[in-house]
Amino acid sequence: MPTVSLETLRFAKTHEWIRLAGSQGTIGITDHAQHEVTDVVYVELPPLGKTVKQGDECLTIESVKAAFSIYAPVAGNVVQVNSRLLKEPGLINQSPYEDGWIVTLEVENPEELADLMTHEQYQTFITTGM
Amino acid sequence: MTANAAATTLPKTSPLQNLHQALGARMMDFHGWMLPLQYTGILDEHWAVRRAAGLFDISHMGQIEVRGGEARTFLQGLLTNDLHRLIDGGSLYTAMCNEQGGILDDLFVFGLSATRFLLIVNAATQEQDYRWLVSHHQGAVEILHRHHHAALALQGPRAAAILKAVTGNGPKLAHHAVTEVTFQGIPLVVSRTGYTGEDGFEVFGPAPGIVECWRGLLQAGETAGLRPAGLGSRDTLRLEVGYLLYGQDADPRRTPLEASLGWVVKWEKGEFLGRSALAAQRQRGVKERLAGFQLLERGIPRSGCRLLMHDQPIGVVTSGTFSPCLQRGIGMGYVPASLATPGTTLAVEIHGRPHPAEIASLPLYRRPT
Repeated sequence: MPTVSLETLRFAKTHEWIRLAGSQGTIGITDHAQHEVTDVVYVELPPLGKTVKQGDECLTIESVKAAFSIYAPVAGNVVQVNSRLLKEPGLINQSPYEDGWIVTLEVENPEELADLMTHEQYQTFITTGM
Repeated sequence: MTANAAATTLPKTSPLQNLHQALGARMMDFHGWMLPLQYTGILDEHWAVRRAAGLFDISHMGQIEVRGGEARTFLQGLLTNDLHRLIDGGSLYTAMCNEQGGILDDLFVFGLSATRFLLIVNAATQEQDYRWLVSHHQGAVEILHRHHHAALALQGPRAAAILKAVTGNGPKLAHHAVTEVTFQGIPLVVSRTGYTGEDGFEVFGPAPGIVECWRGLLQAGETAGLRPAGLGSRDTLRLEVGYLLYGQDADPRRTPLEASLGWVVKWEKGEFLGRSALAAQRQRGVKERLAGFQLLERGIPRSGCRLLMHDQPIGVVTSGTFSPCLQRGIGMGYVPASLATPGTTLAVEIHGRPHPAEIASLPLYRRPT
């Protein structure tokens, strides 16, 4: 996967990122989030076709420390999952924006992306909480 | 992404705090202490300890010195293990119980001399342990809480070689032996003990001595693969070898007989606090026991998860994690004594779903010999 420019991503307050390509949005967790989570050891991928609304729990990941819910930054249905994560869950830590992507959604309403933050806004959010 | 919120209290800091920050540690609050959760990662640090060596800040551990002509007799009356088995330069693992036989703490007693004993107690219980000791104070005994002391643990198959590199010939310590040394003019207590199931040493003493010792060891051990290691891996390492964490796996509602600590209750030693309650429980039969288990499928048990048999709750997970060495979920919990037998199958309820598991003998992981 090519190197991702963080400026092309949009970010949720719950620390997921989404990259829109056509009508499809690929989702992962941020570098900040993977640090907080610590080493991911299991990823519970959703079934293909699963429908989620914006803010719904989409899947869970587990680290040595705890289990974490990953929320859908926008509504859609799951069209692709990163099955490499089943064998190599640590990709989420090593490459959160590239090889560690988690699912791709067929996005229902691209206008929902407007509710999300730019990278710059997200950086401010994680340092100031605002 | 959401997770359980961390506890928030005004934290105490270790004298090694600045060194941890310089090493890029991610800090966490552990019973009121700010300590490293991890430096590079829990798994990395776990493997470093199993394969080479890890260096832990354990300054949160309580250090209470009990000394005087009647110190041994005093401790003999409060601890379940037999202090007459403790030789000078030796150590003894024990429980301390209340009148009802409930566990107040699990601790190590170091025999510094015939009249000086160093108690290494849990972080969360040190203040109440100290008060407990003082309130039972008898005879020619002095009790000193070493508030300002710090401690570190050097653990792993290469620990002895690394320690030797720092101390020259150094102390030759047998397993579980204890000695007093002077390092750069500062008196330290060194023991060949640990909480990881690996060979290793723990060093206790005044903060400046521990800081220098930490620096020296980290530098000397670099080529041997020594890594600073945090509380994250400390927990996975101790759970793999079935060591209890007080407050999770034992508390005053549990007796040593229930908490798989029957081996540190010495009936032949005579009277000690909690003895008659424990003797009565032994006679009645222990209803529940702490048992280790491993998952048979994917899933990670966490403390608080229910243990089920035929869909009926039989207990609760007290500690659970992912075992890097076994590559599966492992944990401990109290179950009816009749079910606490290795091979018994049960289920752990994780995220509302039962996951098959089996009771396994402790330690769950054994160091290859």
